[in-house]
Amino acid sequence: MKRLNGRKPGELRPVVVKAGVIEQADGSALVSMGKTTAVAAVYGPAILHPRRLQLSDRTFLKTVYAMAPFSTTERVRPGRSRRGTEICMVTRHALEPALFLEENPKAGIGVYIDILQADSGTRTAGINAASVALADAGISMRDLVTSVAVGKVDGEYFLDLEGEEEDVTKCDLPIAYMPRGKKITLLQMDGDMPAKDIKELLNLAVKGCEILYEKQKQALKERWLVK
Amino acid sequence: MVGKVGDGVILQKQYLLNLASKGERIDKRKPDEYRKIVVEKDVLGKAEGSARVKIGETEVIVGVKIDIGEPYPDKPDDGVMIVGAEFSPVASPRFEAGPPDENAIELARVVDRGIRESGVIDTKKLCIKKGERVWLVNVDIHILNHSGNLMDAAALAAVTALWNSKMPELKGDKLNYEKKTKKLPVKFKPITITFARIGESLFTDPNLDEENVMDMRLSVAFKDDDNVCALQKGGIGTLSLEEIEKMIETAIKKSKEMRKLIA
Repeated sequence: MKRLNGRKPGELRPVVVKAGVIEQADGSALVSMGKTTAVAAVYGPAILHPRRLQLSDRTFLKTVYAMAPFSTTERVRPGRSRRGTEICMVTRHALEPALFLEENPKAGIGVYIDILQADSGTRTAGINAASVALADAGISMRDLVTSVAVGKVDGEYFLDLEGEEEDVTKCDLPIAYMPRGKKITLLQMDGDMPAKDIKELLNLAVKGCEILYEKQKQALKERWLVK
Repeated sequence: MVGKVGDGVILQKQYLLNLASKGERIDKRKPDEYRKIVVEKDVLGKAEGSARVKIGETEVIVGVKIDIGEPYPDKPDDGVMIVGAEFSPVASPRFEAGPPDENAIELARVVDRGIRESGVIDTKKLCIKKGERVWLVNVDIHILNHSGNLMDAAALAAVTALWNSKMPELKGDKLNYEKKTKKLPVKFKPITITFARIGESLFTDPNLDEENVMDMRLSVAFKDDDNVCALQKGGIGTLSLEEIEKMIETAIKKSKEMRKLIA
């Protein structure tokens, strides 16, 4: 079965991962998955202000996810949205297990994700970029976090849904995954799926994450390996 | 924030972890056992539908208000449902007055997905004039006491309230709330089941003590045909594929029991 752009069901969109794209940031990355583009910048760890936010036993991790006004067909109104607030939260929960936040109490790390172009899978592209940006900043990590969404269209399991597929999928299931420990750090789903399909979908998503993982590592090597 | 949140949490965590390593819980429940659930319907006079759910000491009230308005441009002949959640400072020393925080937004959006994706409301029947006027169904979740597992209580209360909602009379352009015409068209009864992981143990229906020390929770919503209609992981812990499978299996059984409570 062929998908839009001739993709196979278990195939990712063309993926681009680049580390070190923002000169001012301590770490940064750009991730494109098909027509979805996310840029992430990491600032810190640094002493956190205002001080009332400081935590006595761990680093405060702040994640901000924002869609650029021009990222979709219909203009996105800038500012807070309920969707954006939830994505900030699940992104933070997806990244935190990879970090040793107890190393720097009272410090803060800011992870800022901008979606420049949206064609489905913006939270997953954002997490992929954020995780490379954290590594690029030299922050100690247990593993890279890698993320992809899966769905089911016309009875087939599809990896990495793009916009038009997302409109017709029976379910949308994004995960984030740390390949080394085989641990899932983000799991969401909405749709209508028998439990046995969920299992298949998760296996497919994990496979996709493993491919993305190699691309993330490659991007970091390209930036930091001394040739 | 007022109160003594955080006091003794480290000691308590150790205690709960010790218990969990033996598969035991602080209130002697079995791993998959819920606290006592009480569901009451029609508890508010001014709302078109309402329900109060207690799970143990946790208490949630949901009111449904029905109005008319414009449809979304991409769904011109569908009624509109909006779920909101208010974490009133009445309910917990941790809640503050003001706009909903990320926890309240998450709760509202997860309950929303469970209802929307399972098709509880027959939105096609809520169209008055295509592209111009449709019924708006506002589902507002109000937490009265937070003693853990707000997700399941809110979802159960929301579905019960929708099943008992009655439409106000539409006279020309005006709504007459004094007179109810027919029931809101509803079809399914989705149920949300939440687990917390403490140490290596997975417990359903975490109480507040358990939520304070858990590293991860997973909420699973099921339709009447046992299909999964929503999943949401919460907290900073991680999950394995085996754990997800195990939780979904247990949750299907639990959801069948709980669905009987919606009348």
